[in-house]
Amino acid sequence: MSEFGDFCLLLALVLAVYGLVASLLGAVWKQHRIVRSAEHAALAACASITLATASMLYLLITSDFSVSHVAIATNRDLPVFYKIAALWGAHDGSMLLWVFVTSIFSGVVIYQNRFRYRDLMPYVVAVLMLNLVFFLSLNLFLSNPFNQLVEVSANGAMQKYIPADGRGLNPLLQYWAMVIHPPILYLGFIGFVVPFAFATAALITRQRGDSWIRTTRRWTLLTWLFLGAGLILGAKWAYVVLGWGGYWGWDPVENSSLMPWLIGTAFLHSVVIQERKGMLKVWNMILVLMTYLLGVFGTFITRSGVVNSVHAFADSSLGKYFLLYMAIVAAGSLYLIMGRLPYLKSERSLDSVLSRESAFLFNNLILVVACFAVFWGTMFPVLSEWLRGSKITVGPPFFNSVNIPIGLFLLFLAGVGPLFAWRKTSIESLKRAFFWPGILAAISCAALLVAGMRNSYAVVCLALCVFVAVTILEEFIKGAGMRVKNMGENFAVAVARLTLKNKRRYGGYIVHFGVVLLFVGLTGNAFNREVSQMMAEGDELRIGDYTLKLTGYKEVDTPNYIYGVTTLDAYKNGKFLRTMKPEKRLYKAGEQQTTTEVSLYSTPKEDLYTVFNGISSDGRQYEIKAHVNPLVFWVWFGAAVMVFGTLVILLPDRKGAFTTPQISLGRSVYFEESMKV
Amino acid sequence: MNGSRLKFVLGGVVIVGALVWLGFVGYQESKAYYVTVEEFSAMQGELYGKTVKVAGDIVEGSIDRSRTPMEFVISTRGKSLRVRYVGTDVIPDTFKDGSQAVVEGSVTPDGVFQARHVEAKCASKYEAEYEQRGK
Repeated sequence: MSEFGDFCLLLALVLAVYGLVASLLGAVWKQHRIVRSAEHAALAACASITLATASMLYLLITSDFSVSHVAIATNRDLPVFYKIAALWGAHDGSMLLWVFVTSIFSGVVIYQNRFRYRDLMPYVVAVLMLNLVFFLSLNLFLSNPFNQLVEVSANGAMQKYIPADGRGLNPLLQYWAMVIHPPILYLGFIGFVVPFAFATAALITRQRGDSWIRTTRRWTLLTWLFLGAGLILGAKWAYVVLGWGGYWGWDPVENSSLMPWLIGTAFLHSVVIQERKGMLKVWNMILVLMTYLLGVFGTFITRSGVVNSVHAFADSSLGKYFLLYMAIVAAGSLYLIMGRLPYLKSERSLDSVLSRESAFLFNNLILVVACFAVFWGTMFPVLSEWLRGSKITVGPPFFNSVNIPIGLFLLFLAGVGPLFAWRKTSIESLKRAFFWPGILAAISCAALLVAGMRNSYAVVCLALCVFVAVTILEEFIKGAGMRVKNMGENFAVAVARLTLKNKRRYGGYIVHFGVVLLFVGLTGNAFNREVSQMMAEGDELRIGDYTLKLTGYKEVDTPNYIYGVTTLDAYKNGKFLRTMKPEKRLYKAGEQQTTTEVSLYSTPKEDLYTVFNGISSDGRQYEIKAHVNPLVFWVWFGAAVMVFGTLVILLPDRKGAFTTPQISLGRSVYFEESMKV
Repeated sequence: MNGSRLKFVLGGVVIVGALVWLGFVGYQESKAYYVTVEEFSAMQGELYGKTVKVAGDIVEGSIDRSRTPMEFVISTRGKSLRVRYVGTDVIPDTFKDGSQAVVEGSVTPDGVFQARHVEAKCASKYEAEYEQRGK
């Protein structure tokens, strides 16, 4: 089976190289049949990679330990569910998953557009295949998951080596969010290759319009959704599995998935300007290039071991190939953009600083600065070593001191954006628009100060959250109110119809509302508390309103691991709440890794988070750590609302539906025609 | 350049300038030299009193949890460093004999490194073993 998988990968590489060359030749020679054959080869390459992935899954499920990846990432007693997840449990297999996801994306794009965009498609295919060839070559030649284990026998001959059992899946990865986190994140990393491919094709074929943006709008949004969902699942995993009480630590691997998300977010906003105003054409090209490269860069950071990270895969020799590939792609794209500048002229210039365009521009500027700061902080050890010869690292204070103000400013923009009119906003209309949001934000600010909150960032953040939430509600009330008046619908129906008629605009507001909730959750970080205590049976630990009483400890044996569990009775203000059972597990396979199983009581107000940290050397005391983390619930809930809003925007249009003119805030009346997805 | 464009650029410069300043403050607050145990022992004089991150492998059997605060020894290439963990964070599960650890803190007059923060990465010795056996 491993030979079969290996062969499938090799076959796919040959087909992908053919697809790359043939699509370019077909385009240059204007031979439709050659382009067709290139597309067929590309689809066949995808099928071949699918077979390779299937054979790896077969090897994993049947525990064929002659294959190195299977021996490294699984053991016999591992549940089947985790044997499947072990596909991405170690470096080589996760590269295969990466290649598989890339090929699926490429295949879907090629199939979807087999009768459309015939002028663009040859180049789109070429870019997709270039991307595939790169990752496939790495997978095949440098990190092949189908490699077999061999050992050198006494007389110097090589022979097959089959260990009795595998090393086992890293126990830290044995958690549901971690099982789905890598594939989802990969979808987000890779998906930006599609808008990038269309952008490149548009440049090569000298397209003037923004058809590449319209074509790939759904892809961009879907990819952005996956990337965001991947980020939040990773955060959830860190919170529940790593046991240090937080969900985001500015770790290089976290940062490397945040960076493409930031630029992707900037891109999603700035394409609106290009579609409506014909501005920022060069900028959008650069953003889509950056987003794609940052996806590749994220993989590079994770794979190359260039930056020290807690959960980076072990050092591998892939680094220099990644750098070379990124340099070639960047140079090629910049050359193309420079050569096509006449086609990318802005059709208009900025009319006023108090305009929606300007809000979008500031949003872009800030997101790019945020990404740059994260990049700088992440790569600082490497950069400082190049420049000064000594490695210097920067910690969370650096990231927080830059990104907290950035986050607040973005929140502010999300609030004022809809209040500004396109082109120019009159002071009169601004006064009207700012009235309620401003007043309510000021009231909540005062209320927080009176209630004794003294953390200035937290007060500003919560007041801004109120401000933005009110502007969003006003938008819905205004739009729906108009429908109630004109069409006699009841309010709920009007809100639903309004949203569905202008999915992009009102779906966008829903996403923004999710962002508001997320920020409420993030604010809670300013008020986290923690207590650590050695406890014997009967001892009590106090934290905030809570009291934890240790009532028992036992050890239990399961096939996969042994665990010790402490029983804590939790009381709130003296009233019994529930029993909490934080565990410590010792996994039997491989390196006898321990894991911490947090016991969590989550409410919208705050989380009570308990960790069992170990036993004292005399065996009579248990180290318990408790955290009270306010508002964490809203991080997950806000993220869910963001996902929901994005799904609303992604809803397919009804056949034959046409959109009606809408009246926007401010004075300008515009047609929502261009809002159609 | 028209007026509003100029205003936008000025606004942008002010914002970016403020962020750069904030970044610089944050950098000053959290920068730490990152060295291996071997490099650390070679440049100890220079790094005295500064916040440093030191990377090394945890010496087998050196983790002494009977003391509070706990102590252990990390080493690279024959040089070793005694570390006392004085932080409050939970010690990660990956922290055990033979793991690669990164400790953050500073050295004290008695020569023991006071670590406020410990990170650990699984030693990939099994992987290395397999790789040697692999082709």
